[in-house]
Amino acid sequence: MAVTDTGQTEVSTKRPSRLFKNIAAKIAAIPMIFTALVVFVGCTLWTIYHSFTRSRLLPAPDKWVGLDNYERLWSENRWLISIENLAIYGLCSLVLSLTIGFVLAALLDRKIRFENTIRTIILYPFALSFVVTGLAWQWILNPELGLQNTVRNIGWESFTFDPLNNADIVIYGVLIAGIWQGSGFVMVLLLAGMRGIDEDVWKASRVEGIPAWKTYIFIVIPMMRPVFVTALVIISAGIIKVYDLVVAQTSGGPGIASEVPAKYVIEKMFQAQNLGLGFAASTMMLLSVLVVLIPWAYLEFGGKKNG
Amino acid sequence: MKLTTKLLAATAMVAASSVSAVELEVTHWWTSGGEAAAVSEFAKAFDATEHSWLDGAIAGSGGTARPIIISRILGGDPMHATQLNHGRQAEELVEAGLMLDLTDVAEAGGWADVVNPSRLLDGCTLDGKIYCVPVNIHSPQWLWLSHDAFEKAGVDVPADWFAFVEAAPALRDADVIPLAMGQQAWQTSLAFGAIMVAVGGTELYIDVLTNKSAEAAASEDMTKVFQAYADARSLSDGSNVQDWNQATNLVITGMAGGQIHGDWAQGEFQVAGQVAGEDYTCLPGLGVNEIIATGGDAFYFPKQDDPEIEAAQKELAALMISPEVQVAFNLKKGSLPIRGDVDLSAANDCMKKGLEILAAGNVLPDGVNAYSADTAGQLEDLMVEFWNDTSITVEDAQARYVGIIESAD
Repeated sequence: MAVTDTGQTEVSTKRPSRLFKNIAAKIAAIPMIFTALVVFVGCTLWTIYHSFTRSRLLPAPDKWVGLDNYERLWSENRWLISIENLAIYGLCSLVLSLTIGFVLAALLDRKIRFENTIRTIILYPFALSFVVTGLAWQWILNPELGLQNTVRNIGWESFTFDPLNNADIVIYGVLIAGIWQGSGFVMVLLLAGMRGIDEDVWKASRVEGIPAWKTYIFIVIPMMRPVFVTALVIISAGIIKVYDLVVAQTSGGPGIASEVPAKYVIEKMFQAQNLGLGFAASTMMLLSVLVVLIPWAYLEFGGKKNG
Repeated sequence: MKLTTKLLAATAMVAASSVSAVELEVTHWWTSGGEAAAVSEFAKAFDATEHSWLDGAIAGSGGTARPIIISRILGGDPMHATQLNHGRQAEELVEAGLMLDLTDVAEAGGWADVVNPSRLLDGCTLDGKIYCVPVNIHSPQWLWLSHDAFEKAGVDVPADWFAFVEAAPALRDADVIPLAMGQQAWQTSLAFGAIMVAVGGTELYIDVLTNKSAEAAASEDMTKVFQAYADARSLSDGSNVQDWNQATNLVITGMAGGQIHGDWAQGEFQVAGQVAGEDYTCLPGLGVNEIIATGGDAFYFPKQDDPEIEAAQKELAALMISPEVQVAFNLKKGSLPIRGDVDLSAANDCMKKGLEILAAGNVLPDGVNAYSADTAGQLEDLMVEFWNDTSITVEDAQARYVGIIESAD
C-alpha cells in the first residue's frame, strides 16, 4: 500500500496509477508473461526469421535466401496434398464431431437411465492416445482382419470397405478414427453446457407446447454459445496439430495420400535435415490459423468493446 | 553398493595402471534379431577390454533414430559413440566441430590400405581428416526370388530382371503376387535405384548420382528406367504391406514371386531356415548388371571434454575395424566386411556373390553418399507417390525427377 500511496502522490494526485493496482497479482504473473513473450512470441519470430534462410541441419541466420523456401514449398506436391487433406479432415471433423457430440448430449440430457454408464462408455475413447486410436483403427479397417472380413463372414460376400489402401478415400479412414476419439469429449462439454440451461426455460417451452427438437435448435443452442465457442477452439486446435493419428494409422500412405502439414514440418526439419523449409511450412500453418482467428477474435471481442 | 564397488575397482585400476575403465554409451538402431546379435559382438569385444559398453539401442528405423541422435548431439548431451550411415547425414555435425577427429587412429591402423572399397573411407573424410569408422557394407541392388512361387506357376526361376518380368503373367495366373513391395517411401526409392542400375546402366547411374547431370536425368535411357519402374509398379498390385520384412515374408512363404531389396533381406531368409540356391535365389544388380552400390553403416564419436573418455573412444574405433571383430560382426549381420583381408569362408552363397563382386571392384557410390538428406527426401516423396498413384505418367514423373536433380545438392 505504501508503494501505491507514494506513487499516487508523486505521479498524479487525480487518479491512482493503474500500473500499481493489484501489485501482488502482477508480480505473480511476471514469470508467465515472461514465458509467453520469450517462448511463444520470441520463438515464433525466430522461426519466421529462419524460414527465410538456407538453414539445413543447423540454423544458419547468415544465409539469407528470401522467399526461396516458400517458393519450393508451394511447388511441392506433397505440401499441396497435405493442405488439401487438412482442409477435408478439418471441415468434416469440425462439423461431424459437433453434430454427433450435440446429438449424443441431447439424448443423454433426456434424463435416461444408466446415464453415467453410457457417458463413460462414450467418453472412453478420449482416454486413449491418438497413437493407440490410430493403431486400433488400422486393424479395424484392415480388410483381412477387421470390418470388411467380419461383414463378409456374416454373409455379405461382396462387401468392400478398404479405405486405408485406397489413395482417394484414405483421409476419410483417418477421419473416422479422429471422430471416434474426439466426439465423446465434445459430448461431455456440450452436456455440461446443457445442464447449465435454466430449468425454467424448459418449463416455459413445455407450457407453450414447443416440441423438444425445436427447443433445442432455437432456444438451447443460442443460449449455449460460449460452450460451443470453447468446443470449437478445442476441436480446431486438435485439427491443426493432427500428426500422431496419421503416423500411427497410415504413416502418410498409401504413397503420400494421407500426409498432413504437421507431419511435413517434422519430417522436413528432422529427417530431410532442411530446417529452413520446415520453418517455412510451420509459418504457413501459423498464418492459416491467424487467417481464421483474427476475424473471429475481432467479431467476438472487438464487437463487445464497441457495443 | 554396485556403483561403489565399480568406483573402487576403477580407482584401484587407476592406481595400478593409470588407465581407467570408462563406460561408453553407444547408440544405434539395430534392434531386429540378426542386428541385435551382430551389435552384441561389438559389445562383447569391447567389454573384454578394461572398458565397458553401455547399449543405447533406439527402436524404430533409422528415420526415427537419427533425429533423436542428432538432437542429443546438438543439445549438448552427446553419447560417446553412435551409428549413422556414413556419407552426408553427419556432414554438418562434422563441420560444426561436434565430432571427434579419428585421423591418428586411422593412420596407426593403416585404414587407408585395408578399407575396401576405399570410397567408404572417403565418406568419413572431410578436409583430409577422418571422422568415422565404417563397419559394414550393404548394397541395395538385389532381387530375391522364391523358388516355391515359381514352382507353383510352373516356370523356371528367372536369371535376371527381364526374365522375371516375362514370367510375371504366369505368376499372376497361379495367384501369386509377382513383386512384393513394402509401401514405405524409402523402399520404393531403393527399388528405383536398383532398376536404374539394371536397366539404365552404370554410366547413367554415375552421371545422375555423382555428377547430378540433369541432362542424363532427362535422357531417353532414363525414360526406359521410368518405364521399367512403372512396369514394376503394376507387378506389385496386391502387395499391401508396409514394412520391408513383411514384404520379404511374402517371398519366403511363396505368396510373392520376388522382391527388390537390399542384402539385409537375407537375414530374414536365414531366420526362416531357408537355404540360398535351394529355397530362394538372390540376384545382385537384378541379375542384369552384376554391380552393387556400397552403402553401409558407420560409427561416429561425438566430441567429449574428458581425455580419458576420448582415449576409450579411440580404442573402440580401432576395435570396430579390427579383423576378428569385423568377421564376427558381419557374419551375424549378413553384411560384407569393410576390409578385403579377412577370411569369410563361413559366409553363405549370397554373401559370397557379394564378396566376389566386391573383389572384382564392381562397385558404385550409394545414394546416401551422393545426395543430401534433403534431396534424398524429395526423391523418396516422388518415388512413393508415383508408385501409388497410377495416374502419374512416366513423362510427368521424369520431368519432376529432372527438376529435383537440377536443384540437387
